[in-house]
Amino acid sequence: CFAPFLCLRPPQIRVKPDRTGVVTDGVKHSMNPFCEIAVEEAVKLKEKKLVKEVVAVSCGPQQVQETIRTALAMGADRGIHVEVSGKDYETLGPLQVSKIFAALAKKEQADLIILGKQAIDDDCNQTGQMTAALLDWPQGTFASEVTLEADKLKVVREIDGGLETIKIKLPAVVTADLRLNTPRYATLPNIMKAKKKKIVNVKPADLGVDVSSRLEVLKVDEPPQRQSGVKVETVHDLVEKLKEAGRI
Amino acid sequence: MCNCMGMVLSCSVCDVIVLPFICIFKARRCIRALKAVRAEHVAPQVYSTRWSSSTVPRITTHYTVYPRDKDPRWEGMEMERFADEADVVIVGGGPAGLSAAIRLKQLANQHEKELRVCVVEKASQIGAHTLSGACLEPTALNELIPDWKERGAPLNTPVTEDKFAILTEKYRIPVPILPGLPMNNHGNYLVRLGHFVRWLGEQAEELGVELYPGYAAAEVLFHEDGSVKGIATNDVGIGKDGSPKDVFERGMELHAKVTLFGEGCHGHLAKQLYKQFNLRENCEPQTYAIGLKELWVIDEKKWRPGRTEHSVGWPLNRNTYGGSFLYHLNEGEPLVALGFVVGLDYTNPYLSPFREFQRWKHHPSIMSTLEGGNRIAYGARALNEGGFQSIPKLTFPGGMLIGCSPGFMNVPKIKGTHTAMKSGMLAAETAFSKITDENLQSETAGLYIPEYKEALEKSWIWKELYAVRNIRPSFHNYFGLYGGMLYTGIFYWFLRGKEPWTLKHNGLDSAQLKPAKDCAPIEYPKPDGKISFDLLSSVALSGTNHEHDQPPHLTLKDDSVPVAQNLAIYDGPEQRFCPAGVYEYVPLETGDGMRLQINAQNCVHCKTCDIKDPSQNINWVVPEGSGGPAYNGM
Repeated sequence: CFAPFLCLRPPQIRVKPDRTGVVTDGVKHSMNPFCEIAVEEAVKLKEKKLVKEVVAVSCGPQQVQETIRTALAMGADRGIHVEVSGKDYETLGPLQVSKIFAALAKKEQADLIILGKQAIDDDCNQTGQMTAALLDWPQGTFASEVTLEADKLKVVREIDGGLETIKIKLPAVVTADLRLNTPRYATLPNIMKAKKKKIVNVKPADLGVDVSSRLEVLKVDEPPQRQSGVKVETVHDLVEKLKEAGRI
Repeated sequence: MCNCMGMVLSCSVCDVIVLPFICIFKARRCIRALKAVRAEHVAPQVYSTRWSSSTVPRITTHYTVYPRDKDPRWEGMEMERFADEADVVIVGGGPAGLSAAIRLKQLANQHEKELRVCVVEKASQIGAHTLSGACLEPTALNELIPDWKERGAPLNTPVTEDKFAILTEKYRIPVPILPGLPMNNHGNYLVRLGHFVRWLGEQAEELGVELYPGYAAAEVLFHEDGSVKGIATNDVGIGKDGSPKDVFERGMELHAKVTLFGEGCHGHLAKQLYKQFNLRENCEPQTYAIGLKELWVIDEKKWRPGRTEHSVGWPLNRNTYGGSFLYHLNEGEPLVALGFVVGLDYTNPYLSPFREFQRWKHHPSIMSTLEGGNRIAYGARALNEGGFQSIPKLTFPGGMLIGCSPGFMNVPKIKGTHTAMKSGMLAAETAFSKITDENLQSETAGLYIPEYKEALEKSWIWKELYAVRNIRPSFHNYFGLYGGMLYTGIFYWFLRGKEPWTLKHNGLDSAQLKPAKDCAPIEYPKPDGKISFDLLSSVALSGTNHEHDQPPHLTLKDDSVPVAQNLAIYDGPEQRFCPAGVYEYVPLETGDGMRLQINAQNCVHCKTCDIKDPSQNINWVVPEGSGGPAYNGM
């Protein structure tokens, strides 16, 4: 079981005039790139006959179904669409999503949850870790290599200092990093076949999850415009300018 | 390696002459050595079947120029394609294609027939590659979906004010729009065409049309008897050097009884079909313009929703066709859509349509609207200007051309959406009758439907295009713009196109450029970053992106021609007419000389290069599906 995220892939983010968020209307939503890698890994495990079934899960409004279809076209067997829309969707964050995943994992009796390490719209990098904590499962995050050895999972993790290899017991949560694999294309014949695969609709309430947010967004602003630099001729000028600006 | 090549050449030349024995011996060694080199690394020059200078770095790697069946890197690759059958396949999810799809399903439901209609669209979502002014005449929409208002069609801005002016560098001379002139916009709507197309897509899906955005039609398929069998979508996973990657997958074949081609202005498959079926033998060549557009959020005090402004004149001289539009949209926030159109029959290779657009915005009458505002979008697209005289043959066994691809734009009205939609609807109606005719005896495997052309000739499209046929060509006179306006004012206003003559165009746009030495470079002002902008920041706003590791889709028939001809004679006009900065002449790393650098990732799919290249060496082909601009309501 794994969970791709719907995320924004806008060319140019625009802050909404009321500063409560960014404009999402009409912007192409597509699968989070790290989640594409997660889907690919899950499908690879199935092709190696190491897992029996791959279930794609996503939380969000109606458009999310297209993303689940892409996962199905890549090789997932069935999909679960957890319906969250409107105001709830705008405030949906890692804590609520991980509660949903934890509930689903128990319901589906999943052995493995694979997701992208972080979403490229909010860059939180929290969902995988929170899900593992809620389930009290071991976690292998930032995975660049995953191997099944008997009933344990060997995960090579990308960390600041290099690569760390750990062995964790199943059931477990794994989050995918960039170098785990190269996702396959969802080809048109597979998209057509995916239309026949099942996607089940579920509401968070059905799973006993409260999606209200503990966070309140006060305002969203564009990053400040970068000021143009100033060229100086000599070191003396540089020191003068720094003194002028009160820096030294 | 050069030595080897030289020997092989001379061998083939001295074929039957003096020293055959030695030649053959040396040739065998050469060929073996060459094979070793080929297997070892992909040195592009080895594959060139034409003798090009070894100092021309390889630019083009696309399989349409270097076929894969002769390419050893493709030996043993599985090239079988999965195929599926539909009743009708439509290439292009724009106004024409979607109107055709909707009409087909409406008829199918009405007559209780099963009909499988598939639409393939290269954009990642329906509407993402749509760009237009746009001022929509709702005639076709009223016929297609009469209850469009109840269904929530995004026609939110009826035209309230209509202004036309001639600009000089400092002044604005208003020109009255008398009723009856084609530019009169009463009853029309200002729309964000991308949103309208998206809405059409939703209507189509509701009716059961299968929409496949993100999949480009890359190849036309033919039956044994030469009729069109359908299309194949693009292959994926080909590397920048033309070799297969691990993720290589063949595209899919979609077979249909009839295929409708609605690729928009200057479609790449249509280009092939013109040659294949000789569709242009009895019409004039198509002529084009490039349209550049921006969306601005302006100061609320300056916002007049429903105001439609057009201008001609400055900054173009009287012999360069073109003009501007500025539409105040009513969609919640103070949004204006503005843009500039330049006829691609311009003669000065130093002209840059993008920079003309940027400098036009500095005209006092335009600046007053834009000051204090914010630019939020940019894009560009070529459009048709040929009108009636340039309409090709529209039907061929197995297929039909619809929309701006053959070209039904009413040039003086600057509207082509309503005619594109109507052509799609007529194609659908005539195709439906033929497909569901149980007694049909078709001579060809792909259906031939000449009834489409007959239906068009009886429709209002034909009358409309015929009436305005002489307006655009009337600009080809010494007085240029003023001659044209005079002609329109006199002949069109009184005779409404009933004059018995039909003026001709000037020939191919690509043949109009004068050599650079005969023309004066144009001094464009530097962009100020508030009203006018540089090219690269503009391209970023278009949201365009392509998978970087794929063969450049702007293919050259001959890699040596750009430097040898375009740069040498015309000073590289592609650097100026491309609105996305795809073409750059950069110094060679090794010593002196220049080379052409193609930044394929920047491409916004406008097709201008394919149209305007004076050597007609550039052939735009479709890149991997989903690539290209990400317009939102353009």
